[in-house]
Amino acid sequence: MNRLLTATAALAVLAGSALAQDTIRMGTEGAYPPYNFINDAGEIDGFERELGDEMCARAGLTCEWVTNDWDSIIPNLVSGNYDTIIAGMSITDERDEVIDFTQAYMPPDPSTYVGLAGTEIDPTTAVIAAQTGTIQAAHIAAIGGALMEFPTPDDTIAAVRNGEADAVLADSDYLAPIVEASGGELDYVAPDVMLGGGIGMGVRESDTELKATFDAVITEMKEDGTLNPMIVKWFGEDAQVWE
Amino acid sequence: MFEFCTDPTALPDWQWMACYLTTGKHMAFYNAFGTVLLLLAITAPAALALGLAGATAARGRLWPVRAIGRVYISIVRGVPDIAFFLFFVIALDQGFEWLRHQALCPDWDQPIRQGSDFLVCPEAKLPLTTAPEAVHQAYGFFLAVISYAIVFGAFTANVLYGAMNTVPRAQMETAEAYGMTPRQAFWRVMFPQMWVYALPGLSNVWMILIKATPLLFLLGVSDIVYWARELGGAKVAQFSDYPHPDWRAWYFLFLLVFYLAFTAVSERIFARLTRRLSRGQATVAGEALRKGAA
Repeated sequence: MNRLLTATAALAVLAGSALAQDTIRMGTEGAYPPYNFINDAGEIDGFERELGDEMCARAGLTCEWVTNDWDSIIPNLVSGNYDTIIAGMSITDERDEVIDFTQAYMPPDPSTYVGLAGTEIDPTTAVIAAQTGTIQAAHIAAIGGALMEFPTPDDTIAAVRNGEADAVLADSDYLAPIVEASGGELDYVAPDVMLGGGIGMGVRESDTELKATFDAVITEMKEDGTLNPMIVKWFGEDAQVWE
Repeated sequence: MFEFCTDPTALPDWQWMACYLTTGKHMAFYNAFGTVLLLLAITAPAALALGLAGATAARGRLWPVRAIGRVYISIVRGVPDIAFFLFFVIALDQGFEWLRHQALCPDWDQPIRQGSDFLVCPEAKLPLTTAPEAVHQAYGFFLAVISYAIVFGAFTANVLYGAMNTVPRAQMETAEAYGMTPRQAFWRVMFPQMWVYALPGLSNVWMILIKATPLLFLLGVSDIVYWARELGGAKVAQFSDYPHPDWRAWYFLFLLVFYLAFTAVSERIFARLTRRLSRGQATVAGEALRKGAA
């Protein structure tokens, strides 16, 4: 066993870091459609699954998908339990202090307030539901509103439906299909706000090589026109796309 | 699962339900029950062993041993479970990787801590990055067993410590009078008799352990509560063949029934054990048994 380990170690040194980088573990939440969700078969699916698989194929990497609770998604990245976060995570200065982001693969998307149809709210006084640790939660806290935090996106919608909160603030891409499927029960109840600097892939600050690899692939996909159709496929014709 | 499941939108209700309840996602949900039961089956004996060790240490004759036992019991019992699970598991995982790093990569010249990043050489990763996802799941489960065993071991230790002190002093004195060594007296007199005093406390710990299994998700293991929440959440037709409104109440109701049934069965087993262990004991229950038999 020891000899086997030594041999593997020697091989790894000879092959340089390329061997070690061959398999990349992609961390996601699996609860934020259309970005990422668990499909009927129990597999991770969504825009980011398709995008991630395509990026890995182009970079010649083998990618394994992992789900992780949103709350501990950053600690587990820096601890090395997976190598990337691809979970609809907006690029913000606060997060940038702990991890690094690739360039954005989704342009900044407006955040929308959704509440019961026929109501109108003032975000500074109404009770607003948001997922813990999101830019939307930070925004409500910053404008001094009454923030109600929930661990999953799903819980925020449920809070609006059962009257616990007056509205939910989240990415419009996430809320749009829900409003549409609600059959008139839910509607937009306040003007949109622009938050965050687009959505990028999170990597460890020390992983400069991996960051460069994915940055290059994202640039390539933007330039050869494969990224925009993918965004439209998952988010619809009205989605923000790259110029 | 069934052949008629190809187009769920056109199905009558019962067939729709049959298809819905047998999707891959539901299968994962059912498997999670096995995971939880397996966790309990491994954790309970492990926690009991740790508890026994802790209680024995806390009653030890040498003060360093006694200190270790007491510190273990008080610290672990005092820290909230959720904080313990969030901090301890990452620390434990990093500890293992650090040890492997020292052993496997003596020539590594980069620092392990870079800012907030924890970086060991690729060979020291546990499990290896290249390992299949099943290995990662098994490793997460293994960490979960250790964490649960340590937390519930501390509670068990306290219960057993109390139970050992409750065994009537006269019993131990008699053992000494017969010339038994302390070790013999412990194993032959105290150990068999302490259980009847420990049982009420142990059954409490067991019940709390059953109810604590949802913390598994914090450790990266998808447990029944995670799947219930995931499955019950409202689904729109765009992302699922089985769109439905928020059904979490039904799923949680099902979990409630499961947990209630489980704890009810446990209570019966504990009642039987108490009866069995009370035989011949100088307790009220033991006395009642003696009179009943006569």
